[in-house]
Amino acid sequence: MASIEMRDIVKIYGDHPVLHGVDLSIEDGEFIVLVGPSGCGKSTLLRMIAGLESISSGTMSIDGREVNDLKPRDRDIAMVFQSYALYPHMTVADNMSYSLRLRRSPKEKIAAAVAAASAKLGLDPFLARRPKALSGGQRQRVAMGRAIVRQPKAFLFDEPLSNLDARLREQMRAEIKRMHAEFGATSVYVTHDQIEAMTLASRIVAMNAGAVQQIGAPLELYDRPANLFVAGFIGSPGMNMLEGTMEPESGTSAVRLVNGTTISLGQAVNLPKGTSVTLGIRPEHVAIRPAADGVAASVELIEPTGLGIILHLTVHGLPFKIFSSDRALLAPGSDLTVGFPTERLHLFGPDGQRIALGTLDASGSTS
Amino acid sequence: MGILLTIAHRLAILAYIVFALFPLYWLLKVSVTPNDLLYSEGVRMWPSHATLEHYRYVIENSAFPIFFRNSLIVAGSTALAVTLISSLSGYALSRFVFRGKYAVVALMLITQMFPLVMLVAPIFKMLSPLGLTNSLTGLIIVYTAFNVPFATFLMQSFFDGIPRDLEDAAMIDGASRFTAFRQIILPLTLPGIAATLGFVFTAAWSELLFALMLISGNDSATFPVGLLTFVSKFSVDFGQMMAAGVMALVPACLFFLLIQRYLVQGLTAGAVKG
Ligand SMILES: Nc1ncnc2c1ncn2[C@@H]1O[C@H](COP(=O)(O)OP(=O)(O)OP(=O)(O)O)[C@@H](O)[C@H]1O
Ligand SMILES: [Mg+2]
Repeated sequence: MASIEMRDIVKIYGDHPVLHGVDLSIEDGEFIVLVGPSGCGKSTLLRMIAGLESISSGTMSIDGREVNDLKPRDRDIAMVFQSYALYPHMTVADNMSYSLRLRRSPKEKIAAAVAAASAKLGLDPFLARRPKALSGGQRQRVAMGRAIVRQPKAFLFDEPLSNLDARLREQMRAEIKRMHAEFGATSVYVTHDQIEAMTLASRIVAMNAGAVQQIGAPLELYDRPANLFVAGFIGSPGMNMLEGTMEPESGTSAVRLVNGTTISLGQAVNLPKGTSVTLGIRPEHVAIRPAADGVAASVELIEPTGLGIILHLTVHGLPFKIFSSDRALLAPGSDLTVGFPTERLHLFGPDGQRIALGTLDASGSTS
Repeated sequence: MGILLTIAHRLAILAYIVFALFPLYWLLKVSVTPNDLLYSEGVRMWPSHATLEHYRYVIENSAFPIFFRNSLIVAGSTALAVTLISSLSGYALSRFVFRGKYAVVALMLITQMFPLVMLVAPIFKMLSPLGLTNSLTGLIIVYTAFNVPFATFLMQSFFDGIPRDLEDAAMIDGASRFTAFRQIILPLTLPGIAATLGFVFTAAWSELLFALMLISGNDSATFPVGLLTFVSKFSVDFGQMMAAGVMALVPACLFFLLIQRYLVQGLTAGAVKG
């Protein structure tokens, strides 16, 4: 078990910078999830922790010891690859025991460790098989097994479940969570899957274009995204973003949208009139209201998800989404009125950064 | 319709095989034809009576066993040396980024563009003060030098086909890069190694130009040079020459038989992701 400390980590390929100064402190036993769009540098960062990628500048420490120049094999870290990277010419048992054999562990100890891991992952029937005779899900389990037999200081996962079908992914996700609860091993996990990120993480690190955008507990990123990027990235379907300008009204501020609608913020916000801002609200927080009390909208498209419905609307010409678990009998083309509960609104300034609104930001107890 | 197509397909393949193998058949046929029947019987598919006399003569009375041994030494050593060097250099080209990489690649390509005849004289000039003319070692060095570039590209393409994640996983599991290379990558490259061995072995086995120019006298002559000794000023002893030729095919055939299991894998390895 270990803590991992990154200070101002920079990665440059040739003259193409990929990571611009990442600072991240991971405490012993934390489960950190890295999320971000494709190409933002998640795998690169992970591979730098493992020692597979050199560090252009900055320091990386594991357990307080700088490891910048330490070879992967001296870092005592295990990694699960998206491709699984099983050794094709070795049996499942040999795949799992390879690290221990390299370390010249005693035979009985190796056998015991492999037996324990294979029992935990249900791999007993496959120990003598080669990887090519396994299904994708079984291969994934072998890759997990190979990581856990070692009892390493930390686990790294690079989209380990992305090649599995939805059902299997759900199952493995719970399995990983259970193992983390049991061993409490420090883990860094890269994923594109919102639900994996939300359910597994002690803290989520949202990255974009080689820079960390926000670090925090999953619900903190969901409730109080630090900027437009995080607001748009976390949550599915994504947050509605409405551009407009500040419009002071008596006592409370409002935002005037480009189409002329004004939406009240329910409180005074200290921004000059005319400041361009972006108003955000999650699809699941938009209220469908009785006609008199809200903004008129018309239904364009309805996507039933089983759990509920996603309504695609236009509000005075602006596209807009609502998620509702109430399968109200609406048909495309019908009109309705929507409301924007002030306690659910997010406000972002001209620089894209969050502007604190008392309601969500003051309470702070949601995480 | 489908059946007709299949039949036509098979016939085409058959025609090709007959076409490709016919010279070999003729080699065999002449090697067992007694000298007195060679010209007197006209063109026949098989002589009216066959004999192993040429084989006996070649083995007992010619320097053929020496040629054979020399060729085995030269081709075997060259194949081993080239495969060793090219698997290391091919790995480097496949996996590492280093200064001058493209210059090295370009140079290696350029060496492949020269007609060898142009190089015979300078090479002779270089080898002769070193005492490497008229020696098997000299031949091995020259053959190795000429085969390494192509073999390097061949090996590189095999290494390119092996995912990097595998070495990364091995290094994270506690292997050094060299251990990962030896225990994980090399075993997976066996088809490539077999293909390279086979390719270089046959190239060295049948090389004539340098063998002819750098070697004089029977002691260090390789087998292709030896074949020419059956051509005298006044006649060509076809029977003995063909018998020697058939025997020269044996090691190459054995060699390919040994490695063909890997070779077939190797030639299709790129087709489906392993
Ligand atoms: N060896 C390399 N040479 C040059 N550029 C590279 C190299 N490896 C990665 N990059 C670049 O670095 C950036 C980050 O890549 P990385 O693989 O870390 O992205 P990622 O966040 O893991 O993306 P994904 O979600 O698609 O896996 C990309 O723009 C990529 O093109
Ligand atoms: Mg990646």
